[in-house]
Amino acid sequence: MHQREQRGSFLLRNVRMFDPVQKVDQTGDILVMDGRVRAFGVVEELPPSVPVIEGNRGLLVPGFVDVHAHFREPGFEYKETIETGSRAAVSGGFTSVCVMANTNPVNDHPGVTREMIRKANEVGLCRIFPIGAVSIGLKGETLSEMVSLSEAGCVAFSDDGLPVRTAKLMRRALEYSIMTGLPVIDHCEDRDLSDGGVMNEGWVSTTLGLKGIPNASEDVVIARDIEVLRLTGGHLHIAHLSTEGGVRLVRQAKKDGLPVTAETCPHYFSLTDECVRHHHTNAKMNPPLRQEADRKAVIEGLADGTIDMIATDHAPHASHEKEREFDQAPFGIIGLETAFSLGYGLVERGDLSLERLICLMSNNPAHHFSLPVGEIRVGGLADFALLDLSRRQTVQNDFFRSKSRNSPFLGSVIGGEVQKTFMDGRLVFDRMQDKEVER
Amino acid sequence: MNLPPPIHALEKKHLLSISDLSVPEIEGIFQTAESFLDLSSRSVRKVPSLRGRIIVNLFYEASTRTRTSFEIAGKRLSADVINITTTQSSVVKGESLLDTVRTIEALGADGIVIRHSSSGVPQWISSQVNCHVINAGDGLREHPTQALLDLFTIQKRKKRLSGLTVAIVGDVLHSRVARSNIAAMQMMGMKVRVVGPPTLIPREAKQWGIDVFHSLRDGLEQVDVIMLLRLQLERQASGFIPSIEEYSRLFGLSPEKLSWAAPDAIVLHPGPVNRGIEIQGEEMFSERSAVLDQVHHGVAVRMAILYLLMAGGRPEEENRAPA
Repeated sequence: MHQREQRGSFLLRNVRMFDPVQKVDQTGDILVMDGRVRAFGVVEELPPSVPVIEGNRGLLVPGFVDVHAHFREPGFEYKETIETGSRAAVSGGFTSVCVMANTNPVNDHPGVTREMIRKANEVGLCRIFPIGAVSIGLKGETLSEMVSLSEAGCVAFSDDGLPVRTAKLMRRALEYSIMTGLPVIDHCEDRDLSDGGVMNEGWVSTTLGLKGIPNASEDVVIARDIEVLRLTGGHLHIAHLSTEGGVRLVRQAKKDGLPVTAETCPHYFSLTDECVRHHHTNAKMNPPLRQEADRKAVIEGLADGTIDMIATDHAPHASHEKEREFDQAPFGIIGLETAFSLGYGLVERGDLSLERLICLMSNNPAHHFSLPVGEIRVGGLADFALLDLSRRQTVQNDFFRSKSRNSPFLGSVIGGEVQKTFMDGRLVFDRMQDKEVER
Repeated sequence: MNLPPPIHALEKKHLLSISDLSVPEIEGIFQTAESFLDLSSRSVRKVPSLRGRIIVNLFYEASTRTRTSFEIAGKRLSADVINITTTQSSVVKGESLLDTVRTIEALGADGIVIRHSSSGVPQWISSQVNCHVINAGDGLREHPTQALLDLFTIQKRKKRLSGLTVAIVGDVLHSRVARSNIAAMQMMGMKVRVVGPPTLIPREAKQWGIDVFHSLRDGLEQVDVIMLLRLQLERQASGFIPSIEEYSRLFGLSPEKLSWAAPDAIVLHPGPVNRGIEIQGEEMFSERSAVLDQVHHGVAVRMAILYLLMAGGRPEEENRAPA
């Protein structure tokens, strides 16, 4: 195996360092030695042979952490690989990505987990944290060996792509996972109620003649999971929250002091089901794009702390899979490259503070998933994204590094651009060179 | 017989949806259809308008009357009509829809008449090919030629459209016929109500600006036109209704229930009829039933549509309606 240089050193000059949790907001330089922050602010010491990088007054934030992505390897390498997914991640400022278990074979065995981690290390662009399956084969029957998966490196458990099938299985999963201390993530959906639906149920689906997925389909399982959590304890994490009712349920559960966290995705706070009229299958994902009241509720949830983090649900599909009949096409869109800019859109419109956005994308996901990243502090891991908030760009095909192009944001103008990404003290993405840096 | 040229040629390439059309365009289609209607009573039932043109009927769903109707319409216009159905094509070999459509175009088709079980397919393929695309029914979304022939039939019977009240009865939720008809009827100034059990009416139906009834008696009061929808028998198995019997008792039309409507109300059904379910004892009110008129008019309306979409740009003498 080709072993990459693991930990880098550099001096980054002239940046605004910004970490809302560490209460860092100062302009200056930052010195990284062997992958960890040595000093920042006014850096006097400059060891010889440490490269100096000009930051051009960019905003330096802790590298983004995505707790929900599909890298498709092993099994679906024609959609994405750990390598192409990593390229997509770092070009979007993500330095840590938790990858879902619905690969082939399913990540329900420590051998699969270890192979994912080995491959990720070989690629060496971003940190990959595998999520193990809740049930063997995602079948919703037998619990996976959670402790073994945890020991192999899994950071959470999920049958994502599918809901945890029954309340009983959710009870067992939450109880058993207590031994690992890791969250159980649920894709909350009552598939009976969804009944083969392909988009949000509402006026748009009625006029388009497409079968709808009602909000209730998501809400009833969120309610189920919360009540099970009240019984069991553990850590419940709600994936891709998309409904007004879901936000309300999670808000109340938190008020009740339950150990629940929740994520939403950029498309749920940026788009509504109206988008299906124009964007065809690139506007098809599950949960589906909802209505304006839901979009607003999700933004409110992000602002008031009900929703803890922004995840991408990056779900690549090949063009031959997406370019087909709407009801036949697979659910899912890519999201790593556009996530920050869409979040920054909320800041520009005054819906969120910049502090809150960085918390939602870096500090919080790292904290809630117990990942050793997501901060700028002396001694901390040197994973950063360097941003230029003044830039705007049109999203075109070449904007993406993913193997797939299934994005509803193709053609959109988005603001805030990732200039450079550092992981483990190494420059892993540099937009100035318009290509990934040699690793 | 010399006819005036149609007032409104269709200045568009495709017919995908009722909302693609304006009121004058619909009136133009009816006027042209009227002229084609006489053709079936003549000894030579063909006109040369589309001679040498190739029309492919691409049907991904079982259909007898719509496919045959389009086939006869194309042939009466002298087009070469080719029927492709899913069971006898490369579709069973796993060819994608897009590849199939592009192949058909490359083979020289001037027009594709498509029926597909997935909503939105005609719109989508019209953006992928250069030939004419005519929607013969897509999923639950639209069936524009059915709506046009329904309205044409109503107009022939009632001598007007504007001001009439129509009740669409049955499985509106799963009906592309209902969706196209609601749009077309409202455009033409008709008042539309839908009647059926709540499980078969879209929750958002009132946003169409229509009235919703769950009682057939209330729903039929004062209506001039009753449009019955076909009940797919699998709706019972999938739990939308408890039993066919109860559905039939509540929403099937009988001579007695017909008396709840206006005394001269007419009855339409897009076919094929489930006898004894949507209609009982039709023989008792056959003079009020327009079901066979619909079939008859379907050919003329589809001829008009093919003609108005596809005959444009041809030499003047060929470009004329039946002479």
